Amino acid sequence: MKIYENTGSKDTRSGFGAGLEELGKSNEHVVALCADLTGSLKMDAFKANHPERFFQVGIAEANMIGLAAGMTIGGKIPFTGTFANFSTGRVYDQIRQSVAYSGKNVKICASHAGLTLGEDGATHQILEDIGLMKMLPGMTVINTCDYNQTKAATIAIADHDGPVYLRFGRPKVANFTPADQDFQIGKAVQLQEGNDVTIVATGHLVWEALEAAKTLQDAGISAEVINIHTIKPLDEEAIITSVKKTGCIVTAEEHNFLGGLGESVSRTLSMNHPTPQEFVATQDTFGESGTPAQLMEKYGLNAAAIVNASKKAVSRK
Amino acid sequence: MADIQKLEALVTQVRRDILRQVHKVNSGHPGGSLGCAEFFVALYQEVMDRKEGFNMDGIGEDLFFLSNGHISPVFYSVLARSGYFPVDELNTFRLLDSRLQGHPTTHEGLPGVRIASGSLGQGLSVALGAAEAKKLNNCNYTVYSLHGDGELQEGQNWEAIMYASANKIDNIIATIDLNGQQIDGSTDDVLAMGSMRAKFEAFGWIVIDIKEGNNIAAILKGLDEAKNHTGNGKPVCVLMHTVMGNGVDFMMHTHAWHGKAPNDEQLATGLAQNPETIGDY
Repeated sequence: MKIYENTGSKDTRSGFGAGLEELGKSNEHVVALCADLTGSLKMDAFKANHPERFFQVGIAEANMIGLAAGMTIGGKIPFTGTFANFSTGRVYDQIRQSVAYSGKNVKICASHAGLTLGEDGATHQILEDIGLMKMLPGMTVINTCDYNQTKAATIAIADHDGPVYLRFGRPKVANFTPADQDFQIGKAVQLQEGNDVTIVATGHLVWEALEAAKTLQDAGISAEVINIHTIKPLDEEAIITSVKKTGCIVTAEEHNFLGGLGESVSRTLSMNHPTPQEFVATQDTFGESGTPAQLMEKYGLNAAAIVNASKKAVSRK
Repeated sequence: MADIQKLEALVTQVRRDILRQVHKVNSGHPGGSLGCAEFFVALYQEVMDRKEGFNMDGIGEDLFFLSNGHISPVFYSVLARSGYFPVDELNTFRLLDSRLQGHPTTHEGLPGVRIASGSLGQGLSVALGAAEAKKLNNCNYTVYSLHGDGELQEGQNWEAIMYASANKIDNIIATIDLNGQQIDGSTDDVLAMGSMRAKFEAFGWIVIDIKEGNNIAAILKGLDEAKNHTGNGKPVCVLMHTVMGNGVDFMMHTHAWHGKAPNDEQLATGLAQNPETIGDY
């Protein structure tokens, strides 16, 4: 079993900020727009170092999406930044018409996704955004798991021609993926090799999946852990290959089970290799105030929940 | 100096194109299209500094964005007659597999269209984004946009209007088609918006009135005045007073033809009032 070391907990949004700042230096076409959340999105460095390419739009997300779409006309690569809720649900029609249907090269970068936003509560804790965004034709959907991966993904999406939804979060979480990783959109990353159950996780649940695999090993269950940072396009081959070996699967995400990673995996498997599947996800509910750890515990989105789901999946084989 | 007579002849032809497009498929929006025929002809034939051919990025030329996408018949007619695609293609308006979708889109690659529009209220933000890109590119050209008056009931417009003046976007000329009508009735009855001039001025825009928005010479004069105000640190708005359905007597001064096609008899009447000039497609 591979050992993954937390090199020091960091927030994924800081990975975004660092990646954006690096792009500011390396790619003159990159511009950044923010709707009054520059500090929260960690866009300060880009703003300070490239003020002519930073656009403060105020609390006006719909206008921000339209501005970004317009800026692509003339060759800019706009990165918009606000919370996930305001990046998606609030501006869905703007994204649908002015970005996705119009085929514009806009990178919608969304922080504070999911329950781990914490104390602000359900108004801000969107658990539906992956579903909203993956349903848009042509939209790439990415949910990164740690600081290093978020930084690498931020840099990688600038080279992808087309709209991208990049989802990350607020809290400090384990940073364990390589700093020098080659981030490939749509390519799953196998973290643990196993034979009894496949655990496919995205975002903050990837570290929890690694923790779960350790516990499962002690219980005599060998878990294969796959980090699916890209939900669309989904690396179907990696998933199918793994379940052919393990015979059951658990999907884990900080999102509603309706419309999320789990359903994408379920569709893939039902069409190619029907497999017992358990969902670690929120159960069609809104969140609430609390600390991130309390919320992940209450809503069943941690390592313990993945262990239980894995045991259940194995029993269904 | 513009040849007004020649432009007016084209306007008449564009009216025929509008009527024939919507009649053929028994759907589409003739009223607002007819009301803006003079504007489109003036803009594409005289006002805009355009390059040959079509390049999405529009570097080194003026750009136009249509926000009220439902008046696609006039947009398509004038784009075709300005050389962006074959005029014959107007025959495919709203048909299956056509590039001339009910509402304009980039999705099918129709030359001349730079953004999808139809869901209202989004075009000004896009135009402002393009204007910002022009500034970043040191591309000293103007971005034009057109918006319905009813469309200004959408809140996103006011986010954009506020943004433009706060950021001194002075390479935009946004024209509002003030025809006073929307689907459910007059704009005053549906949701009265009060003084548009006062609103734009309060938001820091320079406001130009074109009282005769169906008069080519008046439009050219108004847009020229608007152009003279660009580059002075403020966005420019043109309030263009038009008559919905202009040029077809039974379609004028009513919202009834906002989204309704003429039948055979009505088409004949409308075409008789607008005799063929440079040739039907």
